Amino acid sequence: MNTQIDPIDGADEQITADMLIEEVSIDGMCGVY
Amino acid sequence: MLDQAWQLSPAVALRPEPFGALAYHFGNRRLTFLRRPELVRVVTALAECDDVRSALLEAGVPEPQWAAYAAALDSLAQADMIRPREGAA
Amino acid sequence: MTTLQNREAAPARPLGGTLIEQFELGLDAPICLTWELTYACNLECAHCLSSSGRRDPRELSTEQCEAVIDELQRMQVFYVNIGGGEPTIRPDFWHLLEYAVNHQVGVKFSTNGVRLDAERAAFLASPACNGYVDVQISLDGATAEVNDYVRGPGSYDTALRALANLQDAGFKDAKISVVCTRQNIGQLDEFKALADRFGATLRLTRLRPSGRGADVWDELHPLPHQQRELYDWLMAHGENVLTGDSFFHLAAFGESLPGLNLCGAGRVVCLIDPIGDVYACPFAIHDNFLAGNLLDEGGFQRVWQTSALFTELRSPQTGGACSSCQFFDSCRGGCMAAKFFTGLPLDGPDPECVQGYGEQALAGPREIPAASQDHSKANPTRNQPVMLTLSRRPDELSLPAAPPVSACAENPLAGFDPASLDTLPGGCGCSAGGTGKACC
Repeated sequence: MNTQIDPIDGADEQITADMLIEEVSIDGMCGVY
Repeated sequence: MLDQAWQLSPAVALRPEPFGALAYHFGNRRLTFLRRPELVRVVTALAECDDVRSALLEAGVPEPQWAAYAAALDSLAQADMIRPREGAA
Repeated sequence: MTTLQNREAAPARPLGGTLIEQFELGLDAPICLTWELTYACNLECAHCLSSSGRRDPRELSTEQCEAVIDELQRMQVFYVNIGGGEPTIRPDFWHLLEYAVNHQVGVKFSTNGVRLDAERAAFLASPACNGYVDVQISLDGATAEVNDYVRGPGSYDTALRALANLQDAGFKDAKISVVCTRQNIGQLDEFKALADRFGATLRLTRLRPSGRGADVWDELHPLPHQQRELYDWLMAHGENVLTGDSFFHLAAFGESLPGLNLCGAGRVVCLIDPIGDVYACPFAIHDNFLAGNLLDEGGFQRVWQTSALFTELRSPQTGGACSSCQFFDSCRGGCMAAKFFTGLPLDGPDPECVQGYGEQALAGPREIPAASQDHSKANPTRNQPVMLTLSRRPDELSLPAAPPVSACAENPLAGFDPASLDTLPGGCGCSAGGTGKACC
């Protein structure tokens, strides 16, 4: 039995929008002055 | 959304990453992380597809997930990462 | 859309996971980076993280800088923060600015404002810059008294004049960037008011004990209750205030501040210095954090993708002594540079750990590392901040400092104090003191 879940064929996988995109701030990573 | 024609905004750079892609808007300086390669395929296909539905089909996104993808595209639209296309081909 | 070449040597990367987890493993190109264009500066700020003042003769040429921009374009680095020293002092600065804009590299430049006259402001606001250019004015006091104490006489006026010129020219949304200190944390509301007055956005950042900052850190760094004050203020008023994610060590107070709360050094950001050296971050300009030089074969991409230092930083980091603390997940052990330059172990608490573990560590035995380099001016000018004139070494807090060594002093060891071997002397500000070399 193939226990690997192929994301493309996993049509029953519950996807929400926040699993797809995440916004970050360009100013939001430490190490730039 | 599904029946509309969209495209990446001209001021946006899309940079592939192993885990998806980073999209940066040079105008409003917003930075978005596209977390799934499928979404990256959808966004890339938008400009060439008549509508979002075709782009989703082309990217191989299963139909039960279309609502989530449409919501994600909506967020991208709100950030002006993607824009409606005038007069689809 | 360009694709980056595969690296055969890259270890397999687990897919999925949070954004933070992916970033901690590093990226094929930085998202943004700091590029110090020159070590020359018209000012002599007491806390300068790059110990700037004198131009290094090995500074990259205009052509070499253009080649760097070309490479950043190929790698799709989204934007660079161009600083220094004072970048606008380079005669080719405005050319390089346009070059970057025309090669899809966004630029924010950090400046003390000295060259931002009405004409330059008009240029920045013009279609030639096309919204790809951001301007960040450094200011460390909401009043001239507080600001000039660390940045030098007249520096406050210069900054405000630049802000006014930008505003008058129609430039939108300049940044005012503040380094938070013991002396200015009480002025947060006033800083916000200044930003509002000039149509600018306020940016508050952390003082690191880097560069000349090492000498003044004991006197300038915020006290524990001030860190709390800053945190509370940011939570209450910080909606439109940027921080460059520099306060992620404060996450241990409770809720995290906006930002990745992640040390980006060598993973999503880095520093390119005026001679092409690549460091993990601008607060870590020291041999220990030097990854390589972009003039070597393979250029910047080779250094970024394959240097031993960056590979090490991208490997999973253990928390060391901090991992048993309940707040480790939020603060991640704090700032690597802050620990290094206060002589604390990198796998232990941040010197400003809000739980107090840093204070404990500071009280114990430690050795402050000697500076790898110093580009400070050989002789103080009229711009020298009062703080340096009155500078006292931490172990002599109750004694007045000797006056600066005269530039005419003939004895090459004038001002040299054998006890200062581990720290830079405040005296004449030149690099010779403490090394036994002749005062230049």
